[in-house]
Amino acid sequence: MATGIKDKVAIIGMGCSQFGERWDAGSEDLMAEAFNEALADAGIEKARIGAVWYGSAADKINVGNSAIPLSTALRLDGIPVTRVENMCATGTEALRGATYAVASGAVDIALAIGAEKLKDTGYGGLPHMPKGTFNDLWMPYGSAPAGFAQLAAGYRTKYGLEKDVLKQAMARVSWKSHQNGAKNPKAHLRKAVSMETILNAPLIADPLGVFDCCGVSDGAACAIVTTPEIARSLGKTNLVTIKSLQLSASSGREQGFKDWDGSYVPNTRNAAKAAYKEAGITNPRKELSAIEVHDCFSITELVTMEDLGVSADGQAWRDVLDGVYDADGELPCQIDGGLKCFGHPIAASGLRMVYEHYLQMQGRAGDRQLPNPKLGLSHNLGGVPYNGVCAISIVGLEGV
Amino acid sequence: MSTAIGIRSFGAYIPARRMQRSEIAKAHAWALPGLRGLGKGEKAFCSWDEDVITMAVEASRDCMRGQDVNALARLCLASTSAPFADVQNATLIASALGAPRNVATSDQTASTRAGLSALSHACQSGGSQLLVAGEKRRTKLGSAQEMLFGDGAAALLLGSGDDLLATYLGSESLSVPFVDHFRESNSDYEYAWEERWIRDEGVGKLVPEAVNALLQRLGKTAADVGHFGLAGGGPRADGFAAKIIGIADASVLPDLRNNVGDTGAAHSLLLLTEALERAQAGDLIIIAAFAQGCEVIAFEMGAKGSDTGRSGLAGNLARRQEETAYMKMLSFSGEIEVEWGMRSETDQKTALTQQYRVADQTFEFVGGKCRDCDTIQFPRLPNCVNCGAFDTQSPAPLADEKAKVLTVTADWLMFSQSPPLYMGLSQFDNGARMLMEIVDVGPEGIDVGTPLEMTFRIKELDKMRGYRRYFWKARPIVSAAGE
Repeated sequence: MATGIKDKVAIIGMGCSQFGERWDAGSEDLMAEAFNEALADAGIEKARIGAVWYGSAADKINVGNSAIPLSTALRLDGIPVTRVENMCATGTEALRGATYAVASGAVDIALAIGAEKLKDTGYGGLPHMPKGTFNDLWMPYGSAPAGFAQLAAGYRTKYGLEKDVLKQAMARVSWKSHQNGAKNPKAHLRKAVSMETILNAPLIADPLGVFDCCGVSDGAACAIVTTPEIARSLGKTNLVTIKSLQLSASSGREQGFKDWDGSYVPNTRNAAKAAYKEAGITNPRKELSAIEVHDCFSITELVTMEDLGVSADGQAWRDVLDGVYDADGELPCQIDGGLKCFGHPIAASGLRMVYEHYLQMQGRAGDRQLPNPKLGLSHNLGGVPYNGVCAISIVGLEGV
Repeated sequence: MSTAIGIRSFGAYIPARRMQRSEIAKAHAWALPGLRGLGKGEKAFCSWDEDVITMAVEASRDCMRGQDVNALARLCLASTSAPFADVQNATLIASALGAPRNVATSDQTASTRAGLSALSHACQSGGSQLLVAGEKRRTKLGSAQEMLFGDGAAALLLGSGDDLLATYLGSESLSVPFVDHFRESNSDYEYAWEERWIRDEGVGKLVPEAVNALLQRLGKTAADVGHFGLAGGGPRADGFAAKIIGIADASVLPDLRNNVGDTGAAHSLLLLTEALERAQAGDLIIIAAFAQGCEVIAFEMGAKGSDTGRSGLAGNLARRQEETAYMKMLSFSGEIEVEWGMRSETDQKTALTQQYRVADQTFEFVGGKCRDCDTIQFPRLPNCVNCGAFDTQSPAPLADEKAKVLTVTADWLMFSQSPPLYMGLSQFDNGARMLMEIVDVGPEGIDVGTPLEMTFRIKELDKMRGYRRYFWKARPIVSAAGE
């Protein structure tokens, strides 16, 4: 009988590069920036790392396939380095690999790192990602915002919401993240913006305007994990441990069978259910101190509140407008600015979210420090709502 | 059973977009003020994702409603502007229609007379044949052809028996080196001679010669002609020829120049479909095509068959979207290259191996139906999308199934030659569901619940290699019916 991952692995060091349009840095530089911070934070020699899981998603414009770009950038000689890719869930996948390696006893200390260099495309937004020789024969090419914009059609239809009411709630999601991002020195976008500016921005994919979309950024983030015992032997106290790591991937059912109504993301609901069980959480809205969700687009964050069970079905738009997820609200969401403002270097995002929880729980979050955070949830969505993957990780103080 | 040969069914396809000719004339007024004289009415033009093959498939589907596609022995495409010089265009059409594998296919080309020549051949050879003609000709900016030409397709199902829609009476060919216009094999544009010479020496002499020969052979006179149509020869050539032959003005079919344009090799067949929609039992129909002489064919209208629900020419004329953006027409037809930015730079190479492996899925739009749980699905993968059972699916055609919009967006970010790119999940009434591109969205827009029908289109153009791949897209039924 599986017992789950709860409290079997501790995080002893984390690093996160400055996110943004890093014209000054290549992917190798970003990897080194995040890694050096994590290594210093952990206070260990590089040679103690026994295995590495490295995530990158857009290989065509990044550094190419395989683990070699990372092992070369960090000069990791002769140890197992694995490359993982699962779209926007890639960073969490890297953490899952490293965590499982430690929990299995295969290695004492493992590194999870995700790095993405998106700003070498020459244009805004994500690069084109082909879907394979068969899918390319029939599946329409839509942009990422077009994939998620359809949630708005499904959501407002299900709950009979007027378009402008939903648009207002979506704008409030982005407004809040800009408020938070302005306080984060590592964030890509550090300006607060008005509701009026958000609401009147040019359309990208109806009903999403420019300010309903997250930043497309360069960046890297990483975590060094080990067992709680080894962590203590290294002199670490107030350990932040992994409570849960769950993943759900589409089987084609959402977009190929008639039983999904288009108003939510089934993968998130699957992963959340498993994650809460693994972490022993029964009332997420009360028990979680903060959440970092995949706000690739404002509508995504809005429906995610219901998919995670922190808002009741059909009520997330009200909770958002009521400030439930603001920095000073009942359950702060995207306290670091989220994908919206911290930025979204695809493979780094999952680890960036855990990085924020880690800092918060150690009281190192500066101007945006929350009072006494104990348990944090991170959520990634790869692909599109009707055909994608969802990864959820929950971290918290040991014993919580 | 009678051995009479003739027309069993007909169908048409005219692209929904209708360019207002006055806008073309306005754009050229600074240099070519004389074009204003041609700047009346509208012309049908293809969207970027329509070509002779897609129009021919749509006209053929319209024609084959209620007919047995498995009975087809031959399928012929007539066109001077089919997309492929080597790859039989008619075979791709046959594949999209789900015609039997052993159907004999051929492309007829090299003259705007090809449509009627092919019809004449088909009527003389017998058997169940689908003849389809389509045209999408390039024209130089500011040319008379740009004003006059339009895009469209027509299809005829031919067969024998005593329950024909119209019975073939005979045909006449006159072949002389009268070159009123020409286009070399590798040229994009035609070159035309003076209209007055074409009218006086060509239309005025060659058309009457051919028509009179046929009437005489059939023991008929000009006064017997109930419906007369002439393709080719320029504006008002039909009335000019009719007068010389002695055919009454009232019998001359509307020439479609005002609302479609000259559709080249397809024009004679479109005129014939027009006649079939108007004629009463017993009416004599004479259709001629002028080019390097004249091809002329005669039919006698039979009893009107039962309503197949076809759109026909009339339905296609009603399904129109008025366009005033001349630049849009030029961009769709490839006459100008708009700077679409880096997002348009993606490689659209088609894996021909993969295309062949799934040919019935992508050309004919055949999904699968699971015998364990009855779920209809697309694509047809090894395991059922609902129950997961392995190897339980039998072919399930989707092209004629109705659907509704489940989710939708207008994508302004993704590269599309016709922005915004509308896409969303199509929920079929039979339970199938898939992500589809939605085309021909009119000013009324679309939303969740909008009824959709399927249409055969170009999926992507591979400009690097000169290839195009096709797939099915959804279009709102509301705008399609012009309701």
